[in-house]
Amino acid sequence: MKFAEELKKSFFIASWFILLTFPIMVIQVNTIENIVIWRWHNIILIGLGSFAFSFCWQIFLNKKSSTKLIAPAGLSPLNRLMNEPRLYRPALIIIGLAALIFPFVFSHYQINIMTTALIYVMLGLGLNIEVGLAGLLDLGYVAFYAVGAYSYALLNYHFGLGFWTALPVGALLAAIFGILIGFPVLRLRGDYLAIVTLAFAEIIRLVLENWNAFSFGPSGISNIPRPGFFGRNLTPEQSAIYMYFLLILLCLLTIFIIHRLQHSRIGRAWVALREDELACQAMGIDKTKAKLTAFALGATWAGMAGVIFAAKTTFINPASFTFLESAMILSIVVLGGMGSIAGVIIAALALILLPEYLRVFSDYRMILFGAALIMMMIFRPQGILADMRKKYEFHKTEDSRTIKRDVL
Amino acid sequence: MLKLIDVQTCYGNIRSLKGVSLTVAEGEIVSLIGANGAGKTTTLMSISGIVAASSGQIIFNQQRIERTDPDKIVAAGISQVPEGRRIFPGMSVLENLEMGAFLREDSRKTREDMEYVFDLFPILNKRRHQAGGTLSGGEQQMLAISRALMARPKLLLLDEPSLGLSPLLTNQIFEMIKKINTEQHMTIFLVEQNAYMALKLSHRGYVMENGSIILEGKAAALLTDSNVKKAYLGI
Repeated sequence: MKFAEELKKSFFIASWFILLTFPIMVIQVNTIENIVIWRWHNIILIGLGSFAFSFCWQIFLNKKSSTKLIAPAGLSPLNRLMNEPRLYRPALIIIGLAALIFPFVFSHYQINIMTTALIYVMLGLGLNIEVGLAGLLDLGYVAFYAVGAYSYALLNYHFGLGFWTALPVGALLAAIFGILIGFPVLRLRGDYLAIVTLAFAEIIRLVLENWNAFSFGPSGISNIPRPGFFGRNLTPEQSAIYMYFLLILLCLLTIFIIHRLQHSRIGRAWVALREDELACQAMGIDKTKAKLTAFALGATWAGMAGVIFAAKTTFINPASFTFLESAMILSIVVLGGMGSIAGVIIAALALILLPEYLRVFSDYRMILFGAALIMMMIFRPQGILADMRKKYEFHKTEDSRTIKRDVL
Repeated sequence: MLKLIDVQTCYGNIRSLKGVSLTVAEGEIVSLIGANGAGKTTTLMSISGIVAASSGQIIFNQQRIERTDPDKIVAAGISQVPEGRRIFPGMSVLENLEMGAFLREDSRKTREDMEYVFDLFPILNKRRHQAGGTLSGGEQQMLAISRALMARPKLLLLDEPSLGLSPLLTNQIFEMIKKINTEQHMTIFLVEQNAYMALKLSHRGYVMENGSIILEGKAAALLTDSNVKKAYLGI
């Protein structure tokens, strides 16, 4: 009975698909000879294909719902792997070694791709503070990235500021912009907040695009110097390796700081803010402070990433800071698992590296991207690696009760 | 301990509190009863600072707090159990309790208080690693009260603790409130729709209607008052 129902459903879906794709797949107009070619055989292929696909899909869904009843949801095999010190310690060492020898084994091109991916790791971890921890949906994160990039480019152009001076300055300027956007949106949440941040990013981009005297408009700023290495001039290859290690170090620093933040008082305040704003206030948490620090700290990392981006590409223009970029970073956070550091790193590497290595499919990149996101949200809404918080054990011992802290 | 003088609170143009005056003395249980939309929750929200009062004075321990931020009010010693419990659904019972002690630095005393609430509600100890959102309504209410106690407040504000609970559980919760009052000498300001239960528990009571206090007095006297009987007790 159920089987027949599924067949019926798949048949309906297949017919619907045939109807939808009819104009593209069947009718072909030859404008040179002014004739219409009817490719009827395509109908059969599409029909069979969509029928098979939808049928498999439904079986898959059924299987998923039946297994869900038995297996406890939440922890993935990856999560369990992370909890096993005997497994993850050697894995960490291998990853570390691989990261160390990577630039000496692979080509210049590969190093550049990896550097870009590492910039996105930083961006993802930064946005993770806002979206993952504090639950502030920010669709305009790229604005802070742009602030960082332009602060290095402009400060260097006008005042000859070097990379190392610009890095903290860019981070600080981005943090100030974070607080600036934070104030007006203090009372907003959810979708309203998303819209305001989206508008904020568009304002920044439009200002950069149109205020020629300030930002050189759409033509952008070129000849931005790469970071210096103790005053020595580096060849492009050496510089790429240098950038790579620089980013590895900065990423490690980011991971360390965000890990500490996550388990600090302010980190707990953010999580409370995300879970229930009213209850968070009733606990005595300063809502204003929690929100503003989340915005400022999130923006700080975008600012640093922006400075590095400008130094890496040596040329920036407003086209690098479109909404698509914000959406990409947000996808990294959602795909990786809100609030999870390891998940965000994996997602950033996957989303940036895969399109590069799948050059063959580059035309379908956004389609695959969208499909992957939809699949993830259906089958793993908590992301690749769900957030694991430190848990506090309450043990009853013989003479007294103590609270032992451990990681679960 | 707590004194409200002619407090008015507005939501936009709608005046929700039209001049509320009341007092709560130390060690008392005072209840505020009234129908839906009378302004009971708004009164609590104005005290805890989450909704700012538009005019009037709120005095807590000789200090005016009507313009103070909610976090400073918690620090001053007023803890609120919000309407509908509002526990953190993704956090475990322990983490919820720890959030209650967010402003406290003394970890040893915090631990003692955690033991106290576990003695009060042993079921919470059993469920300490369970996510708050998976608890039953009664357990969530116990957790919400315990979480507020973890701040070691001087004044505990309770907003409709009987909301959505069975009569049996309501009884149990109210017994615990009484116990907290007698054992810890905790001053409690209780907002309830369940007028009979609230007045039986309290020392004094206020009756609210359309944003104003219309009646006040000893709880025992209110219980026998003919107007209260007719309007709220259904006798």
